[in-house]
Amino acid sequence: MNALPLIITVFVACAVEAVEALTIVLAAGLTREWRSTFQGMIAALLALAVITAAVGPAVGHLPLAELRLVVGALLAVFGLQWLRKAVLRATGYKALHDEASAYLREVTAAKEAETEARRGIGDWYAFTLAFKGVLLEGLEVVFIVITFGDNQKNIGAAVIGAATAIVVVTVAGIAARAPLTKVPENWMKLAVGVMLTSFGTFWGAEGAGASWPGNDAALLVLIPVVAVAAACCIRWLRSRKTTALAPAKQSEVVTP
Amino acid sequence: MKQLKSFGAFWYDFIIGDDWHVAALIAAGLALTAILAHAAGVNAWYILPLTALAALAWSLHRVTARK
Repeated sequence: MNALPLIITVFVACAVEAVEALTIVLAAGLTREWRSTFQGMIAALLALAVITAAVGPAVGHLPLAELRLVVGALLAVFGLQWLRKAVLRATGYKALHDEASAYLREVTAAKEAETEARRGIGDWYAFTLAFKGVLLEGLEVVFIVITFGDNQKNIGAAVIGAATAIVVVTVAGIAARAPLTKVPENWMKLAVGVMLTSFGTFWGAEGAGASWPGNDAALLVLIPVVAVAAACCIRWLRSRKTTALAPAKQSEVVTP
Repeated sequence: MKQLKSFGAFWYDFIIGDDWHVAALIAAGLALTAILAHAAGVNAWYILPLTALAALAWSLHRVTARK
């Protein structure tokens, strides 16, 4: 398979995670202390490197069919989670994940927390905030890179997609010196959900012993089918919401 | 014990998420595909995509019907 779809999929998925990590790091650095924030970031990156070094080669040694079954199942569940949330947000059933308000929440909490030095770290709060943010979002990046890269037998392309996303988001964040609020995060998440669900379904079925008609080319049909299904879900929930609101509005008019 | 619980909760949330029914349906779809492929020799590639889309629709229906 051409490496470009793989690079684009990993790039978009990792960009979403990088935006979320950046929001937390900026909140910690700008309101608390940059030194401890960087220490937290570096500690998280080291922990991620250890996890990747431990898990990465082990995944590479697994038989392909079993790997595709497990990874396919995980990606399909993961992708459906993203799709579900993105559809609910697009239809107003769930509040949009707003980086500006997430940033404000973190800033308020960071301002209220007391400064405490621990284990040679000047500001323990800034350290743990940056550590947790980078580790949690980074874990998702590692998961995406390993699963996509290993299944397509092209870890290099997956790493290029992830590294480019992280560099682009970091540079944009440094340039803006603020959380990236203009990123259409929900639509990116919807696109990632479509890709994860499609790849997960494809690999999962292969791992379970099925053969796709047209082999890899089946993905070119599967991805649009999942995208159209997600669009139909958005349309369905919007019309359901309108129908549910209509009688309420009518009764408001009738009641004096 | 508390740390073990929060560790388990983190991985549950990371992998399963808000609706465990989706994960259960995907597992059932995979199992059915494997049984048909290995025991009956049927190439049931269509089961998993249909299960995934049905799981999405059902999960969305359940969560929005309550609201």
